[in-house]
Amino acid sequence: MQISTRRFDKTVILDISGDIDLAHSTEVRRMVLAEFREKKTPRVILNLHDVNYIDSSGVASLVEGLKASRDVGSRLILFGLSPVAHEVLQISRLLKMFEIYDTEELALQA
Amino acid sequence: MNRKGWLLRLELPSNPEILCVVRSAVMRLAEEMGFSTEDCRGLTRAVDEALTNIIRHAYDGRPGQPIELLCRRVQNRAGNKQQAGLEFVLVDHGTAADRKKLCGRSLDDVRPGGLGLHFIEDAVDVMQYTSHAHENRLRLVKYFSNPKIEVKTAKGE
Repeated sequence: MQISTRRFDKTVILDISGDIDLAHSTEVRRMVLAEFREKKTPRVILNLHDVNYIDSSGVASLVEGLKASRDVGSRLILFGLSPVAHEVLQISRLLKMFEIYDTEELALQA
Repeated sequence: MNRKGWLLRLELPSNPEILCVVRSAVMRLAEEMGFSTEDCRGLTRAVDEALTNIIRHAYDGRPGQPIELLCRRVQNRAGNKQQAGLEFVLVDHGTAADRKKLCGRSLDDVRPGGLGLHFIEDAVDVMQYTSHAHENRLRLVKYFSNPKIEVKTAKGE
């Protein structure tokens, strides 16, 4: 799994590729939480277009990120969900909990 | 345990890095068996989450501990009907799971953690956990086109 960061004025986009599973979810969690808690980033957008797989630990990392964003009054936004990622959030009944957009353009406009 | 007649038998270390390899194998096997794309993803997710639970809970995150994964075709007779399916058995020698916790948590409570069992129950028709003589065994079965989920726990066999 790889994560690259694009930083704008008040927004950070994390481009994630690969699998968010037990081997890698802690890295996603660490980076997302750091944006909210340490860097006080108002808006963090996760690009999941190239994420092939998300397991329960990956979902847990996203939920922790969401809670951290709410704690500091920031926003966590997802876009580019693959069918697998969409399915996992659907089974977890979390689709409505997240701000989710189809494209980066729509996510940035939100 | 008789190891003959299995389609797939893998001996794995309890290392998270191996999970992607197992997912690929299970996905391909389920496809070959003729499951739908959705069922293939579900089965892959179920086996992956079961392995994750073994690594995290049975072995408490210790790498290099032994896990065995076996898979075979099964036939189940229900009345006059025969049901074909795929059976996975995961064997470990770590700490046995608390049977009281062997059910997915309520999804109404939005919080991290506790989703793995829910993913497994969502994907398979049979989930059976046994623990005997320092050997824990999780049996998962997915039948073709059968939505019924049966969850059993038992001590020994």
